[in-house]
Amino acid sequence: MKRRDFVKYAGLGSGALMMPSLLLGNDIPVEALLHPGMDVAIKKSLADMALNTAKNLGASYADARIGRYLNQYVFTREDKVQNVVNTESFGIGIRVIANGTWGFASTNNVTEKGIKKATEQAVAIAKANSKIQKVPVKLAPVQSYGEVTWKTPIKKDFKEVPVSEKVDLLLSANAAALKSGANFVNSALFMVNEQKYFASTEGSYIDQDVHRIWPTFTVTAIDRASNKFKSRQAMSAPMGMGYEYMDGLASEKLQGPEGLNLYRNSYDMVEDATVAAKQAKERLTAKSVEAGKYDLVLEPNHLGLTIHESVGHPLELDRVLGYEANYAGTSFATLDKWKSKNFKYGSDIVNLVADKTQIGSLGAVGYDDEGVKTKQWDLVRNGILTNYQAIRDQVHMIDQNESHGCCYSQSWNDVQFQRMPNVSLEPGKEKYSINDMIKDVEKGIYIAGRGSYSIDQQRYNFQFGGTVFYEIKDGKIVGMLDDVAYQSNTQEFWNSCTKICDESDYRLFGSFFDGKGQPSQISAVSHGSSTTKFNNVNVINTGRAI
Amino acid sequence: MAIYSKEEARQIMEKALSFSTADACEVNLSGSESGNIRYARNTVSTAGHRSNQTLVVQSNFGKKSGTATIDEFDDESLKKVVKRSEELAKLSPENPEFMAPLGPQKYDESITFNKGTAEITPEYRANVASNSIEPAAAKDITAAGFFDDSSGFSAMLNSNGLFAYNRSTDMNFTVTMRSNDGTGSGWVSRDFNDVSKFDAAEASKVAIDKAILSKEAKAIEPGKYTVILEPAASVGLLGNMARAFNARTADEGRSFMSKEGGGTKMGEKIVDERVNIWSDPLHPEVPTGTWNGQGQPLKKTTWIENGKVKNLAYSRYWADQKGVDPVPFPNGFIMQGGDASLEDLIKDTKKGILVTRLWYIRTVDPQTLLYTGLTRDGTFYIENGKIKHPVKNFRFNESPIIMLNNLETLGKQVRINGNLVPYMKVRDFTFTSLSDAV
Repeated sequence: MKRRDFVKYAGLGSGALMMPSLLLGNDIPVEALLHPGMDVAIKKSLADMALNTAKNLGASYADARIGRYLNQYVFTREDKVQNVVNTESFGIGIRVIANGTWGFASTNNVTEKGIKKATEQAVAIAKANSKIQKVPVKLAPVQSYGEVTWKTPIKKDFKEVPVSEKVDLLLSANAAALKSGANFVNSALFMVNEQKYFASTEGSYIDQDVHRIWPTFTVTAIDRASNKFKSRQAMSAPMGMGYEYMDGLASEKLQGPEGLNLYRNSYDMVEDATVAAKQAKERLTAKSVEAGKYDLVLEPNHLGLTIHESVGHPLELDRVLGYEANYAGTSFATLDKWKSKNFKYGSDIVNLVADKTQIGSLGAVGYDDEGVKTKQWDLVRNGILTNYQAIRDQVHMIDQNESHGCCYSQSWNDVQFQRMPNVSLEPGKEKYSINDMIKDVEKGIYIAGRGSYSIDQQRYNFQFGGTVFYEIKDGKIVGMLDDVAYQSNTQEFWNSCTKICDESDYRLFGSFFDGKGQPSQISAVSHGSSTTKFNNVNVINTGRAI
Repeated sequence: MAIYSKEEARQIMEKALSFSTADACEVNLSGSESGNIRYARNTVSTAGHRSNQTLVVQSNFGKKSGTATIDEFDDESLKKVVKRSEELAKLSPENPEFMAPLGPQKYDESITFNKGTAEITPEYRANVASNSIEPAAAKDITAAGFFDDSSGFSAMLNSNGLFAYNRSTDMNFTVTMRSNDGTGSGWVSRDFNDVSKFDAAEASKVAIDKAILSKEAKAIEPGKYTVILEPAASVGLLGNMARAFNARTADEGRSFMSKEGGGTKMGEKIVDERVNIWSDPLHPEVPTGTWNGQGQPLKKTTWIENGKVKNLAYSRYWADQKGVDPVPFPNGFIMQGGDASLEDLIKDTKKGILVTRLWYIRTVDPQTLLYTGLTRDGTFYIENGKIKHPVKNFRFNESPIIMLNNLETLGKQVRINGNLVPYMKVRDFTFTSLSDAV
């Protein structure tokens, strides 16, 4: 099977975790990461040239994105470094509206000549496609911001941390896992820096410096005699942070049940790998779950994926309208449900908020990729569906006149379109801890960490696994479980939400390689929540004898 | 121009190699021209064209490797990229699994290139869209589709004398047709190296008919059913199963292919004896390149023979460790079929479900190759040899191993995304819940 086919058939494109098949750039020496890149004054003059060329060719709107995308990825297994990848991708993407139709072209030849040619191509594509366009593009108004900048507020730039330090950290985590009984361990560190310059005929010149980081591993324990193997993934989250995320500050650690360490804005990889090895081994002999109805106590690094799939994706307006019908699918959350103003997406305590500003989150930027200042807005308030995620050319379709600021492109080389902002569940207002929650459960399962996930093309029916599972009986955890997955329906599930822990338990989950569109593009997005209880959910046993 | 001839490619790569001072050097040159058109809501949404060319240099000093990439091929640029890869190699940690580049190899002449596909124009793509949109609109159906085509070459030269070159073309088409009342959905997929085999109107009609036929589906209880799987439905599960044909993870004890107590399931019967799966780069219906990224020749290879594991893929490193010949992983699979048409399979079914495709397939348990996912875009109830009515979509939890053990009948083969897969009738396929999704 070709990888392309695998991606298509496994539906990876619409999932939360999509590994890029290419690393989006050319390999560069590590020290080249520190090169400051093109001067901002030159970027402005080149962008102006694109905008003026477009206008002279008859475009009614144009934007230019000059992007330098830097990636550093480190991969190891056990005591070996498998690969250290440093890449850079630099170029310009020009998007225009001519004859009421979008056109886009890009080039890595960021010179007067190259830009002029690409702009001409973009206008020509717009004009050619306008012949079959039925409804002209309508853009919501946007403020002219002049010359502005925004930076991810990082404390340590990954580009300034020596590769050897990163390799040592991963190999130390691997060694800790092996020492604690793991048979195999694969670990990786993904670091991204997007240096994006945006200019448009609306009069904005926006220079942004965006950072993201994701440390992760899979620890595997095997028992050859019984021919069983079990894995445990990292309890880290990809974050919109600098290398300071790797500091492992005790102040950012929460103590979970059964020795589980839960991490907020700082991650201790070596400690997590140690616990992971013990838990992977424990899974080999854990009790196989008895299928039936359980109250589920879902930890934020698990619940984030459920939020992503059952709230984030169905409330993307382009899906609702059918633009993604041939790939990721459409949505059950149709316009009539939203217009009724009484569609019960969840129980009264469910408040789901879209956000592009939250510090530390993967989605945080100052302005989106069409020059709209970012903000926070409600999707579900007191359980009622209140809004969608939409950009400049979409909001008029839901009778609004302000873009939500969630337009994104994975690179200068791809056209920007609507992408999911951070979508988070607000914590409970009264003081309530995870221990309080477990005490209140008679028959339940505590699930932590990401696992298997699958949901239908309209986001009704889903099935989720997890990383670790613990059985709760009469207010106490009584032991580890295995072969657990829960199946539910989105609306039924969110309406069974009965309790949410307070703010002190709030953490972010992240999806680093979320896929959408044809040709497919990736984006990164966070989902925050506190530990949450869902009553009476259908749990299946996934064990099989072959 | 991104497409170089064999001689042009060789000259550029020889020039790059002439600047090498490393113990070993390997150069890969590739280029492609590709175009696409996307439509939704019965109108074109985006269209694009891309031209790419890349030269990748890997230099080695002992077991240290460095890779650098460039898209300009003048002497100065070539010199720079070789130097950069050498600098990176010197700085990188030793890779204990490093294998020296291969020497000269013999390759079969591939049949992956088609002139007609290489000459697809924007007008052709626009016609594909309108051949989908117009018949859809006429039947109160909304079309959303994607067509993309590419023509490219890849070449490789190393300091041990290996030279390889290939040209290929391909096109892929998918369309989802939804009835305007929102109760019916159909889908179709086509892919070819030779675009003359593609008929957008014919393919679109299949999806339109399914959209109409699947309107107002009835709910039936989930459970174990006899299913007729169209090739587009089974290929996802088969592809996932194929990934388990990896000798290293099997030897390491973390694969379905691992054997109790140690070793692998090589030679063991794992599925019904009528199951035969092989790969063949020269198959006229599903040709692939005849060498892989490491320069290994790709030959006809049998993976499952009469239900038994015949081969597992060995990387060069793992083969060396185990003292066996490397077995490269193929680019596509062929599963033996039978004579039955879809109509024949339906006619012979007393009670069953016809499945158009499976969607959002994810691993549930790698130990048993258990996967979950859902049916989509045309699921029908069969009774006494006839399609009785459409049914609501199901979630399944099933292993392709169990599926191929429960085989009833093999039907005709169809090309699906570079693979050749037969229609299959399978008993006791496990559906675990219902979905309201259309």
